[in-house]
Amino acid sequence: MQDEPTPIELTKAVADFLRSDITPLITGHQAFKLRVAVNILDLVTRQLTQEEGSDASEVERLRALLGMDGSVTELNRALAERIAKGEVDLATPGLAEHLWATTMDKLAVDQPSYASYRRELSRGE
Amino acid sequence: MIEAELSRSVARWCKGATGVTGAAKLSGGASQETWRFDIAHPDGPIGAILRRSPKGYGAAPTRAAGLAAEAQLMQLAYEAGVPSPRVMHVLTPDEDLGTGFIMQRVEGETIARKILRDDEFAAARPLLARQIGGVLAGLHRLPQDKLPALRSRSASQEISELERDYRSLNWPKPVFELALRWLRAHDPGPSAETTLVHGDFRNGNLIIGADGLRAVLDWELAHLGDPMEDLGWVCVNSWRFGEIDKPVGGFGSREELFAGYEAAGRKVDAARVKFWEVMGTLRWGIMCGGMMQRFREGPDHSMERAMIGRRASETEIDLLRLLAPRGG
Repeated sequence: MQDEPTPIELTKAVADFLRSDITPLITGHQAFKLRVAVNILDLVTRQLTQEEGSDASEVERLRALLGMDGSVTELNRALAERIAKGEVDLATPGLAEHLWATTMDKLAVDQPSYASYRRELSRGE
Repeated sequence: MIEAELSRSVARWCKGATGVTGAAKLSGGASQETWRFDIAHPDGPIGAILRRSPKGYGAAPTRAAGLAAEAQLMQLAYEAGVPSPRVMHVLTPDEDLGTGFIMQRVEGETIARKILRDDEFAAARPLLARQIGGVLAGLHRLPQDKLPALRSRSASQEISELERDYRSLNWPKPVFELALRWLRAHDPGPSAETTLVHGDFRNGNLIIGADGLRAVLDWELAHLGDPMEDLGWVCVNSWRFGEIDKPVGGFGSREELFAGYEAAGRKVDAARVKFWEVMGTLRWGIMCGGMMQRFREGPDHSMERAMIGRRASETEIDLLRLLAPRGG
């Protein structure tokens, strides 16, 4: 077991430093790059916070849907292949729900301010 | 400096020109650059834009029509009254500027978020969806016997190319697989009519002023094909920049777009438009994957490019909203 602070706490500390202390000092194209850098650190922080839980639920759904076991990567590859072959489609019970849940979890990390995501989130579950 | 070469160039074709000032690079990839500059002239400065591939970068990417074709198309559009910058000069090898062309600079805004938010464009916004319909109708009517040589693609060929691009990424994505299956199942077949297709007609490639659409830019993906492709692409959610209830670039409704198109004497096939919107959404998602690959493999190891890879999921949610919508 590694010591603390956790990667989440460390990444967040760097992001906060860049945002509060460095951003006011920088202008022009470098300011744009700095904003991208801060966005990346925020994304990494969200992923470190959420990935474990969302991967576990994704694997659980994929096992039920595919009737097989494997890592989240293996199971995704298997699902992609079955859809490509036409063995699984939107008429398959659970597929639409699975894709929606998985995609919402991805957006929560990648782009939580994306308008389509916010709209779907407001529908509630 | 580029100003010296530009000064020598303008002296040859712009009567009375005394030189060039204020040259600044606006954007530049590895193979293509855009510069703005002013031609010094006794009657006052003339705003100009240079689009070029620097020396040593002759080959265009496979989908691109090339700068010479782009110049020809823009000039043809300008002459036909489709809002487009006037091409002033096509570069020749002895000018030492690479290949490309110089066009008139049209003042206005191309940054989508500004166009959608700033007060300056408030009066123009409600008019744009319909206006875009009319402009696309004009573009699709450009005389085919005057067009440069362009690639020609049917819907089926486009699906196959897209699938090949996707498979080459080795990036298994169930939502993309679903979209590919949907496209195959809804392939509308050859269109009744083949026309010039702009290929990248969207919010971001349009110069907008307070009075509306002033110029259509970036003709490099122009090809021959189904005219409905342009109507579908302009509706892809990625180009609405948050205004998701206004499908046409965040400006207005499909109905307004279609009305503008039909008022200009051309017919809309709404099912084909939907097909191309799905295709366009998937295409942008796969392009995000391509950017991730270029980031990984090194030619452009920038943070921006890395982050675009993380925008593929935006197209996944948009594809689900199109193909498996939830609730009401």
